[in-house]
Amino acid sequence: MWKHHQKLERHSLLLVIGILVVVAIGGLVEISPLFYLESTIEKVDGIRPYTPLELEGRDVYIREGCYVCHSQMIRPLRDEVERYGHYSLAAESMYDHPFQWGSKRTGPDLARVGGKYSDGWQVDHLTNPRAVVPESVMPPYAFLAKKDLDYRDIADKLRAQRTVGVPYTDAMITNAVTDLETQADPFAPGGTALKKRYGPKVNQRDFDGQPDKISDMDALIAYLQMLGTTVDFTTYKADAGENLR
Amino acid sequence: MAAIDGPKGTPTSGAGLLAGLLGIGVFLTIFMASRTPDPRFMVHAYIFMAAFTVALAVLVIGISAGRFVQSDDKYEDGVIRAGVIASLFWGVVGMLVGVVIASQLSWPNLFYFPEFGWLNFGRLRPLHTSAVIFAFGGNVLIATSFYVVQRTCKARLAGGIAPWVVFWGYQLFIVLAATGYLMGVTQSREYAEPEWYVDIWLTVVWVTYLLVFLGTIWKRKEPHIYVANWFYLAFIVTVAMLHIVNNLAVPVSPLSSRSYSLFSGVQDALVQWWYGHNAVGFFLTAGFLAIMYYFIPKRAERPVYSYRLSIVHFWALIFIYIWAGPHHLHYTALPQWAQTLGMTFSIMLWMPSWGGMINGLMTLSGAWDKLRTDAVMRMLIASLAFYGMSTFEGPVMSVRAVNALSHYTDWTIGHVHSGALGWVGFVSFGAIYCLVPWLWKRPRLYSDRLVEWHFWISTTGILLYIAAMWVSGIMEGLMWREYTSEGFLAYSFVQTVEAKHVANMIRALGGLLYLSGTLIMVYNVWRTIRGDVAALETNAILVQPAASGPVPTGTVAAE
Amino acid sequence: MTYETLSKIVQQGGTVYFSLLFLMVCVYAFWPRNKETFDRAARLPLDED
Repeated sequence: MWKHHQKLERHSLLLVIGILVVVAIGGLVEISPLFYLESTIEKVDGIRPYTPLELEGRDVYIREGCYVCHSQMIRPLRDEVERYGHYSLAAESMYDHPFQWGSKRTGPDLARVGGKYSDGWQVDHLTNPRAVVPESVMPPYAFLAKKDLDYRDIADKLRAQRTVGVPYTDAMITNAVTDLETQADPFAPGGTALKKRYGPKVNQRDFDGQPDKISDMDALIAYLQMLGTTVDFTTYKADAGENLR
Repeated sequence: MAAIDGPKGTPTSGAGLLAGLLGIGVFLTIFMASRTPDPRFMVHAYIFMAAFTVALAVLVIGISAGRFVQSDDKYEDGVIRAGVIASLFWGVVGMLVGVVIASQLSWPNLFYFPEFGWLNFGRLRPLHTSAVIFAFGGNVLIATSFYVVQRTCKARLAGGIAPWVVFWGYQLFIVLAATGYLMGVTQSREYAEPEWYVDIWLTVVWVTYLLVFLGTIWKRKEPHIYVANWFYLAFIVTVAMLHIVNNLAVPVSPLSSRSYSLFSGVQDALVQWWYGHNAVGFFLTAGFLAIMYYFIPKRAERPVYSYRLSIVHFWALIFIYIWAGPHHLHYTALPQWAQTLGMTFSIMLWMPSWGGMINGLMTLSGAWDKLRTDAVMRMLIASLAFYGMSTFEGPVMSVRAVNALSHYTDWTIGHVHSGALGWVGFVSFGAIYCLVPWLWKRPRLYSDRLVEWHFWISTTGILLYIAAMWVSGIMEGLMWREYTSEGFLAYSFVQTVEAKHVANMIRALGGLLYLSGTLIMVYNVWRTIRGDVAALETNAILVQPAASGPVPTGTVAAE
Repeated sequence: MTYETLSKIVQQGGTVYFSLLFLMVCVYAFWPRNKETFDRAARLPLDED
């Protein structure tokens, strides 16, 4: 049967090589410059890695397929900037493995949803969207509040993120579990250490209104409430040469 | 290796080796299932284990009973028959899920359960897209490619049992992907949602597929490789490349169902849409063009209009397609040179697309009456018309100014479905209608009238679907950017959601009609396989001019 | 490398690369000696099994 392999027939091999050359060059020329071209990502202040709780929330966001209906990419068009806020910068998703730009707005853009609504509104809306917005077509997520967040592997998650290039420090990884529990408890003593590691703007609250447990809802709302809030736009110069691409 | 070469009736090579590998697989998956802390990973480990165990049992029983003996003088058609049935099964599943999610967008209170996540839109949409693209489309491509490569090379499929490994391995991939979506296992990369271990499994299956296909070409009796096989080869090779690059990721642990993409942000977006657009270009276009280049000439009983054009078509198409991805990222944080590049190539893409369409259409020149008399032929030609329509619409939508309006809206959904339902769906149905009588050695389909019904019901469904999405997409795009005379945004977001309600319902109806057409086809195929001929249509055969002498009912000659 | 140089390389190089490839394919497709091969190849699907 396998004796046919010996001749490695010329025509078909040429064909395969031809196909590979044609399709590989296109990809290389188009994609590889983005990895070393300096102008791909602007210089901005404030971008930080996700806290452990936010990272778990982001994983819930991905697990539930929120990206299917919500974009996180505000285009520099007048109506979008007025509706959603400053247009999205490349730097804002530089720690997003994978990116969550989305491709469809069945619901509104969420790139700057952080801080727009209260935690209580988010809980009510996620539990039963139509109780808050009658015309909404969003699915209900009541189960998130009942589900205990499974964060046993949070340190592994941070480590994997570091492997792909997110600058998590050793201290962040060692304290991942404490940091996660601290962020969901406004009275936890570790708050200062958490903010020292992740910056003063980190929200430390009981996001889901259930003080006795850390739920998937806690994590998801912690993530939603920080979206688009990190960049310091007072120091961002859109007209600076390096930002004109 | 258990196989020993003999002069006649050689045991299929690789069966013993495969049994050994499956045994190792069973132990490995038991180990993984027992050690993982991740419940979703455990479910998948058990699915792997169950599949490996069943396969092992079948193999051992088969080997000891002396099965898996191959004869090189016959085509391997069993795996193609299995592929046709699998295509129909997954097609119905995928379209049914599509109707369900379309209904969810129309009547959200009806189908949602606050206490369970599995049936939420966010989990079902990947199930729908993967089921129709990869489960239905993928099975159609694998089955037809195995048919076409054998016939045009005049050689049996290479690799002994390997084609069956491809078939069952691919079904396992589908089951893993589908159960994963329902449990929430996803990478969130559109059209590449399955997690790292499922990706590795698919890579193994896909490389086997490539080797089977190439191996068959190596055995060919004809010096020239027929152009349909070029398209199949480009589809297999390029999808392998895209799949591997796009799914580069680091797992949280070897026993975790979660991984993080190697790339981030803007780079990740470009890699993903380079993949995403070429999944359209090479999976949904090149692969199905291969079907066109075999089945339309075969059904029309005349060679393709211009073989030379098909060669130019091939190289131009694969060259240009690979660059077009960035048009999915207009006005985003992607550098503008990349956006412009993507747009330029997307517009150029119009030419090879229409070149191919014309080549297919003109194959019928001199036999246009078949459009009237042969519903299967009409389905194949209608698929080309939809192909022409969506490959014209695509370049238009890739223009930045148009994209500013169309992006993020239902217009994109409509565009995709005119290609998916009209082109991919119809060309697949046409090919299956051709294949079933050929594979099961039946003189004809059970009923040509049911093909007519299928054609018209599904065409109505497509038209309702895309018209509804054009209306709702352009409407919401315009509403988002509408200003009042005082200079304020005229509509809140939710007002645009409300405005789409009627269009959403029409879309669901269109999808339901399309699904109904497919169910008619399933019935027709099932009766054909059973060997039935519709009572009303038996007379039609008898009055047909027979080649020689009277033809008894039921054993009519193929033509 | 700046945006300008890169875009120049990509645009000019891409055009040349594509034109060359297209030319080669056309030459191959329309080379008179290949006509017979192609005519026979076109009939491959029609041959009876």
